[in-house]
Amino acid sequence: MAPAGNPGTVRLVNENQCQHCMPLGGIIAFRGIAGAMTLVHGSQGCSTYMRLTCVNHFNEPVDIASSSLNEKQTIHGGEANLKKALDNVRRVYAPSIIGVLTTCLAETMGEDLDRIIRDYRNGQENGCPDIIAVPTPSYSGSHTEGYWAATRAVIAHYARPSAPHRRIGVIVPHISPADIREIRRIFTLMGLECTIIPDYSLTLDRPFAGKYRKIPEGGTRPDEIAALPGAPLAIQFGATCPDTLSPGLWLEQEYGVPLVTLPLPVGIEAADQLLAFLEKVSGHSRPEALANERGWLLDGMADAHKFNAEGRAVIYGEPELAYALTRACTENGIAPVVIATGTRTSRLFACIEPLLAGLDERPVLLEEADFAAIEAVAIRAGANIAIGHSGGKFFTERHGIPVVRTGFPVHDRVGGQRILTAGYAGTLAFLDRITNTLLEEKHKSYRRLRYEETNRTEIMEGI
Amino acid sequence: MDTSSITPEETACISEREDSIRTAGKSKTAIHCADDSLAGSVSQRACVFCGARVVLNPVTDAVHLVHGPIGCAAYTWDIRGSLSGVSEMYRNSFSTDMKERDVVFGGEKKLTACIDEIVEKYHPPAIFVYATCVTGMIGDDIVAVCKEAARHHRIEVIPVESSGFISGNKVVGYRAAALALLRLITPKDGEQVEKTQKLNFLGEYNLSGEMWLARRYLAEMGIEINVAFTGDATVAALKQAPGACLNLVQCTGSMHWMAQQLEKQFSIPFMDVNFFGAGNTAESLRKIARFYDDPVITERTERLIERETARIAPAIERYRQKLARKRAAIYVGGAYKAVALIRQLRELGMEIVLTGTQTGKTEEYATITGLLDDGAIVVDDTNPAEIERFLLEKKVDVMAGGVKERVLAYKLGVGFVDHNHDRKECLAGFDGAVNFAREVYVSTCSPVWKYCRTPAGGA
Repeated sequence: MAPAGNPGTVRLVNENQCQHCMPLGGIIAFRGIAGAMTLVHGSQGCSTYMRLTCVNHFNEPVDIASSSLNEKQTIHGGEANLKKALDNVRRVYAPSIIGVLTTCLAETMGEDLDRIIRDYRNGQENGCPDIIAVPTPSYSGSHTEGYWAATRAVIAHYARPSAPHRRIGVIVPHISPADIREIRRIFTLMGLECTIIPDYSLTLDRPFAGKYRKIPEGGTRPDEIAALPGAPLAIQFGATCPDTLSPGLWLEQEYGVPLVTLPLPVGIEAADQLLAFLEKVSGHSRPEALANERGWLLDGMADAHKFNAEGRAVIYGEPELAYALTRACTENGIAPVVIATGTRTSRLFACIEPLLAGLDERPVLLEEADFAAIEAVAIRAGANIAIGHSGGKFFTERHGIPVVRTGFPVHDRVGGQRILTAGYAGTLAFLDRITNTLLEEKHKSYRRLRYEETNRTEIMEGI
Repeated sequence: MDTSSITPEETACISEREDSIRTAGKSKTAIHCADDSLAGSVSQRACVFCGARVVLNPVTDAVHLVHGPIGCAAYTWDIRGSLSGVSEMYRNSFSTDMKERDVVFGGEKKLTACIDEIVEKYHPPAIFVYATCVTGMIGDDIVAVCKEAARHHRIEVIPVESSGFISGNKVVGYRAAALALLRLITPKDGEQVEKTQKLNFLGEYNLSGEMWLARRYLAEMGIEINVAFTGDATVAALKQAPGACLNLVQCTGSMHWMAQQLEKQFSIPFMDVNFFGAGNTAESLRKIARFYDDPVITERTERLIERETARIAPAIERYRQKLARKRAAIYVGGAYKAVALIRQLRELGMEIVLTGTQTGKTEEYATITGLLDDGAIVVDDTNPAEIERFLLEKKVDVMAGGVKERVLAYKLGVGFVDHNHDRKECLAGFDGAVNFAREVYVSTCSPVWKYCRTPAGGA
């Protein structure tokens, strides 16, 4: 068994990035809050790059304003620009919430955002939208941390002591809009009311309507967030979420809302775990629709298990998804040979450890990894399938290893916004993609390979 | 619901932006342009770093090292559609991945260590080191670090002064890239570059092999490309740049200043060319032939133009019949591209009702306005709210632009032609003219719009 951990010497240079920067995650989280617009306090390029990344993945217009800092403000402070930007965003977008995300530039300048925003609000005689500032300097974390930080900040901004009610708080990690919809469907089928936060299932995946909405409809409403302290409990699909950024932990500590941490319901075990819990909470068993979906997943797992047994997967991406994908692989006999994330994480490996017991081969685990490292160990480990975002494209280009795309960003295929992995149905759809990818590769080469294997002596003699 | 008749959603345009919007034939004053973007206006522009990165990135065998926190490198990894004949090094994105402690204590040591690692692993002929907002802010002396690393490793280590906050205008980044290139190509003491009859092709980035196509045409004429700036360029080839007898300039925004410097320093004359559209291509080839003033070259050039024009004519005519009188909008980075697109879309019989650029200058806008019919809108540094308003007001059928405009057009049921720098189709030369016409056609006349523009449940 190969040892876990980062093999080879410690490298300083990051070659081909597996993660994006912190404000980007914040933007996605704010997109899941009703009426919110985001403003990035920094130079113009930051917002444009983040727009490009979101547009390419979600295939939706994602407008992000910028305070467009230039040299002068960098020296003298960006206050005037930020205020002007707030004015202009209000005029054009009329948002009810403005999420202000800082950049490494603004943080290095030492901008006192709380004071500037307080000052701005005080100067408004005719009311002012809610302005929520989140420090998200790129040097402090990846988009994953930015996502959690913004979600936590929004909850902290709105939550108020509330009368007890029945709506369960559901805090989702950075998953696809399709996965959010699936999680909502499961709750609905179980007859449970819930407040999903952040909910960008409609804002970042809009049905065609012939128009462009500056602030798309949808998202978690502030009144729903305000009432979260009255929730019977909060479920956070965030086993890997650090405590310091955990929205669910904040709710529990501030308002005593019991926190239930569950893994993303990807794979039969995690989906069972969710459904068993929801059955307990609701007091009744799952409806036939979900029972059938579970049955179909089992049926599919049985049909595909021998094909899947040939899979040697390199799994990479954000910690929560990497954890979920590892579960889906191990329970289907697909060997995870490398599990990697670009994010610095204290939780992922601890979560994964129990899944590794009983595996024939121990995977290599990498954190804060770049693709140069991930590629190197994956090739050494004989990976034949990659599962993760588009950053893994060189697996295919350079090594002929197919990539089953999921996570963020998926910029070189369509449909990143509707990749489904959650629930029984989502797991099955995703598992079929993996199995069929393995089969496609097999059918491409098995005739030639069998010939070469069985005729090797002749070939050797020929040489 | 007929989406073409939808009135724009309550569109509040920012009053400060009014001077950046003009109507051809009506507006009396010149357009306001070439200024910093208005804070909060959701400009489609990027930053200095972006400008420098896109100009230098196609240098194929160089390592491109972004000195800063991870984002800047992640967002620009393999961002261009520039193709390479040999090395794929440029398609990797290197970052010093600065963390909080590097920001506090300075990133120079980490930069040095990263350069050492890269040299040990890859031995590249050159490393471009890009400054970002943070490294500019904390005052890392990347010039000194690069100088020392170059001496130590005996390779080119070239600083690019591209801190994003210097300006929100990419053009400033083009200058930073040009300075870096000048540093690379200026012969060191004792080095000699021999003068040749070859030409350099500036502002040609070999998107989808467009430089290769131009090279084929020129070869047929009997003219050789020395090196392109910077499509499919190697470090060694760039160092031979002073040996050219002529510089062609295509993307004027990024390379006009460079051409002036090359003329000053190495006495190389330059001329503007444009290979977008059959008409522009033919004119450019003739212009180049005239420079060489050789009857053999002239004769070959005319033969080439005649043959290629005849070859593509039937296809162009086929598309022209489908596209005649359709309404087009243009929003691109630089003015030269806008001018070329106006001409190309006209050649397809289309009407241009909106044209804009991120970085156009006053005189370039005068050219654009002069080309357009009365009533057409001209915009500088526009934003999604304005684009939406004009696409609907002007009942646009198809828009040419970049990624951010694409999704907006589609949401409104408007076709789209990708003229971004990451495009995968060759749009230059005679073949490119056909590809372009085909792309305009398949999007403008796609069957999907019929369904998108019809109410639910069928017509």
